[in-house]
Amino acid sequence: MGVKMQGHHHLVAVSLNEQQLGIKRKYTSYIPRRNQSKYLALWIIAFGFVAMNVYKCIDAGHQERIEEGLVSMCDQRARMLQDRFRVSVNHVHALAVLVSTFHYYKNPSVIDQETFAEYTARTAFERPLLSGVAYAQRVMNSEREEFEKQHEGIIRTMAKEPSPHRDEYAPVIFAQETVSYLHLLDMMSGEEDRENILRARATGKAVLTSPFKLLGSNHLGVVLTFPVYKSKLPPKVSVRERIEATAGYLGGAFDVESLVENLLGQLAENQEIVVKVYDVTNPSNPLITYGRQTQEGDLSHTRVSMLDFGDPYRKHQMTCRYLRKAPISWTAFTTASLGYVIVLLAGYMFYTGAIHIVQVEDDFDTMQQLKVRAEAADVAKSQFLATVSHEIRTPMNGILGMLALLLDTELSSTQRDYAQTAQACGRALITLINEVLDRAKIEAGKLELESVPFDLRSILDDVLSLFSEKSRHKGIELAVLVSDKVPRIVMGDPGRFRQVITNLVGNSVKFTEHGHIFVQVHHAEHSEADAKSETFMNGISEGRAISRFRTLSGREAADDRNSWDTFKHLVGEDEYPFRAATAEKVDLLVSVEDTGIGIPIHAQELVFMPFMQADSSTSRHYGGTGIGLSISKCLVELMGGRISFVSRPKIGSTFFFTVAFNRSEKSTVSDLKKSLYEDLPNAFTGLKVTVVDSKPVRAAVTRYHLQRLGMVVKIVNSIQMAISMRFMLVLLFSLPSTLVELQQDRNERQPDLLLVEKDTWLSNEDTGNIRLSDHRPIGHTSNSPKMILLATNITSPEFDKAKATGFSDTVIMKPLRASMVAACLQQVLETGNQAKQGRLMAKGSLYLRSVLSGKKILVVDDNRVNRRVAAGALKKFGATVECADSGKTALALLHLPHTFDACFMDIQMPEMDGFEVTRRVRMMESNANQEPMSETMTIEGSAFTRTGEWHLPILAMTADVIHATFDECRKSGMDGYVSKPFEEETLYQAVAKFFESNPPSDRSFKTTTSKNGEP
Amino acid sequence: MERNQMQMHRQIATIRKSLFDQGYLDEQFVQLEELQDNSNPNFVEEVVTLFYRDSARFLYNLDQALEKRPLDFSRLDSLMHQFKGSSSSIGAKKVKIECTHFRDYCNARNTEGCKRTFQHVKKEYTTLKKKLEAYFQMSRQAGPIETACRPR
Repeated sequence: MGVKMQGHHHLVAVSLNEQQLGIKRKYTSYIPRRNQSKYLALWIIAFGFVAMNVYKCIDAGHQERIEEGLVSMCDQRARMLQDRFRVSVNHVHALAVLVSTFHYYKNPSVIDQETFAEYTARTAFERPLLSGVAYAQRVMNSEREEFEKQHEGIIRTMAKEPSPHRDEYAPVIFAQETVSYLHLLDMMSGEEDRENILRARATGKAVLTSPFKLLGSNHLGVVLTFPVYKSKLPPKVSVRERIEATAGYLGGAFDVESLVENLLGQLAENQEIVVKVYDVTNPSNPLITYGRQTQEGDLSHTRVSMLDFGDPYRKHQMTCRYLRKAPISWTAFTTASLGYVIVLLAGYMFYTGAIHIVQVEDDFDTMQQLKVRAEAADVAKSQFLATVSHEIRTPMNGILGMLALLLDTELSSTQRDYAQTAQACGRALITLINEVLDRAKIEAGKLELESVPFDLRSILDDVLSLFSEKSRHKGIELAVLVSDKVPRIVMGDPGRFRQVITNLVGNSVKFTEHGHIFVQVHHAEHSEADAKSETFMNGISEGRAISRFRTLSGREAADDRNSWDTFKHLVGEDEYPFRAATAEKVDLLVSVEDTGIGIPIHAQELVFMPFMQADSSTSRHYGGTGIGLSISKCLVELMGGRISFVSRPKIGSTFFFTVAFNRSEKSTVSDLKKSLYEDLPNAFTGLKVTVVDSKPVRAAVTRYHLQRLGMVVKIVNSIQMAISMRFMLVLLFSLPSTLVELQQDRNERQPDLLLVEKDTWLSNEDTGNIRLSDHRPIGHTSNSPKMILLATNITSPEFDKAKATGFSDTVIMKPLRASMVAACLQQVLETGNQAKQGRLMAKGSLYLRSVLSGKKILVVDDNRVNRRVAAGALKKFGATVECADSGKTALALLHLPHTFDACFMDIQMPEMDGFEVTRRVRMMESNANQEPMSETMTIEGSAFTRTGEWHLPILAMTADVIHATFDECRKSGMDGYVSKPFEEETLYQAVAKFFESNPPSDRSFKTTTSKNGEP
Repeated sequence: MERNQMQMHRQIATIRKSLFDQGYLDEQFVQLEELQDNSNPNFVEEVVTLFYRDSARFLYNLDQALEKRPLDFSRLDSLMHQFKGSSSSIGAKKVKIECTHFRDYCNARNTEGCKRTFQHVKKEYTTLKKKLEAYFQMSRQAGPIETACRPR
């Protein structure tokens, strides 16, 4: 079964892992997971284009402005040139008019060479563009001789040679002085001039030659020619008539080069542009008029402006270029490049970001997988721990069992010692394993808390009894005190609560050599109300005078909140009205105070870590694994509380924890099984007790226990006080005139018992005890109070002395427990008439025998061998055993009414398993319980009479004692389980719960055994 | 005679010890022995006899179940569980261990392993039977042993 279960667990774990690992990448990623560099390149290229476009856009505007500048400059120059030219042409025209007016219309002519030269020289400023003007007369060949004669010269050609014969000539007769070398040169002899002349006289307008090298200078120039007619011509004349009427030609040479040069020199920004002027009359062969023939300047920008020099035949144009290339537009460039750089950086940022994110995501995935694996490993570890612990426990139980058996045989003292040591070690190991198992369970989240009603006080008493031996041995005062305001029954997990308390007290006992260990339980809100704002820094001891600390043992404690000054508020009866009666929850503050070695400051933070002890040397000195506190912490947190501590090295530690229990409802309390809380005998109710104790805290503890027994308690400081009180009463009583009321008064006030603390008694020894015995009222011994000594430990001389002083034989040994006190008191009051029987029942097996003897028990198991063994075991302890080999038989036997006291049930049975049988039995019982009681059912000694209702204790017999099985046992209504095969101890534990409320004789055996070993 | 009996008792104790030492028996057997007292003098032998009588049936059933094809593993497992319960009750340690192996194979649905371990089970079962028979035979001859009783 066990093996099967493990296999199952393993499968679960594996499938869990796969499931967890299967869930991959739950989020969606918006980041490309690969090829980020390609995306980056794409980005860079795309934005490269964008940047270029931006540059172009901005640069286009720039170029346009440059172009505009060029256009405006070029046009301006062209216009100016044209205007100047026109002005000059007009002047030449005016000269032509002058010549015609004064040379031809006047007869004789009033112009001769001198006049002309002078006039032209004086009006030269009007024609700054013209190097000079000259007038050539039209001379027909027939008139040549006459003309030559008249002018006393020969008509020469341009080459300054006598002109050959032509049809007509155009010799210069008047010339400005600057061109006087033209005198009598035949203008018709030059190719350009001739054409000019012919065109001029045909059109009657100014005409221009194409550019050519001017005579007398190397500059390019054009010749302007005006025709001069002999008479005024009507507006409409034919070309022929014009030619007929032509008298001569007035011409001037334009030095275009210097003209333009001159013009450009006057303008600003002359240096920036290259200007060229072309004659484009023949468009296929433009003739350069100004500027060099070579291409120069910035070819990217060219502006061509047309020039109109007044000759419709000739066409000119001006070409402007920038001399230097236009500078790059820095704005555009910087804008574009800066933008591009920014975009590049952004792209790079995205790129690195993406890579980083991808990496982080990958890391995250890895981490998640690792986490899942780690968690799986953790679960596996916990399961492994649980399994291994379980597996170790089984053989360990064998070892312990064998050791127990071994100890029962006759052994020599050495052997016994060895065996006992081995057993103690084994027990320690089992405890450790259980702790590890607990821890593993808590970690695996498998630990579930019960919520059952239980009595807090009896649990604390139990824990105390566990450590009483040890504390007595060490001479430590161990005490427990539960505030009266804490309800008697609370709902919670008693086992876990006990575990925490046991742990803390165990630690305290371990680490304390002197002083006390004091467990207190208070209502959380009450103690908080009192916890003053003062907070102790852990470990800082204040320079207080170490006089008397008003703590339990008088030694200083780490947290002085527990000293009497504050403590008295908590135990005080009336200061806090019991107000929390309505609240659902009971918040308790539990503190465990010790005066041990304390926790070193550096280790205080590690205290609750598993497997951490304050100091490695601690474990050498004191042993232990240090797992206890961490488990306690887990448990306390599971129970909805917090754990903390105050500790001062060498002074002590105080551990606190809060825990929230549910208040148990009244109805459930009445239904409580008897076993849940110890029944304290009520024989002592109303008994008056005076406690003599000089230490108030200790006295309060004593009072607490006595009050639980229903006694009326009075505390006095010293024996003297007690005596003086008694003495007065005695005096009063001895007077003959005492009234009856006084007698009654005495009865009320005379204590029945006098409990004296040993320390107090010893400190008052010389004065107190003698008188105490002296003043015993004579003749009233039966009424005189019994004196009982309270002690942590007592030596036999002290005991003898106490006896001599008048104390009773029984000394109540600390730590106090209500049940133990009750037993002692019973012994004292009844002078131990039952005490002898107690010795017989020291052992568990004997107890088992006493419990089981005469009981009728049903064993249900389909396996005959098992049945036989179980029956044998139970019979051995005196029970009457009946067997059933199947669930059905068992059901038949258990049909109500029956006489069985208990039933042991196998779980795995064919047909009907143990759970099913139990469920049916419970169903029958609940049916029967609902019916009105009939007399026939009251059968002596059956389960019925004990609880008042039918409830047969059913215990499961199972081979595996894992938690799940136990849960199922409880679910189906079973009361507990015993592991198969039977072992004495487990049987005892299981059975004890159900048969504890036996006849009172059994109880007193149990309670009085604790002091058997004492005097 | 007295001496002979003493020797015999010693021999019995040696046999018993060897049974434990060789791992045939475990502490459960001791528990059984403890249950034996004057009111129930032959308890151990009775239980062991009961075991052998009872388990013969189980083994037969198991044999039958192992012949079937395909194997009904759950039936095998439950049969073996019963048998194992009985074995552990008398403290037959080795038999119990083999039973556990058998059930492991059952859970793993391993036919070969089941058959093989079943042979082991039977072997251990028979060996123990022989040894115990010899032991009880001797005990009966020697008569009741006073020292076996636990001191009270």
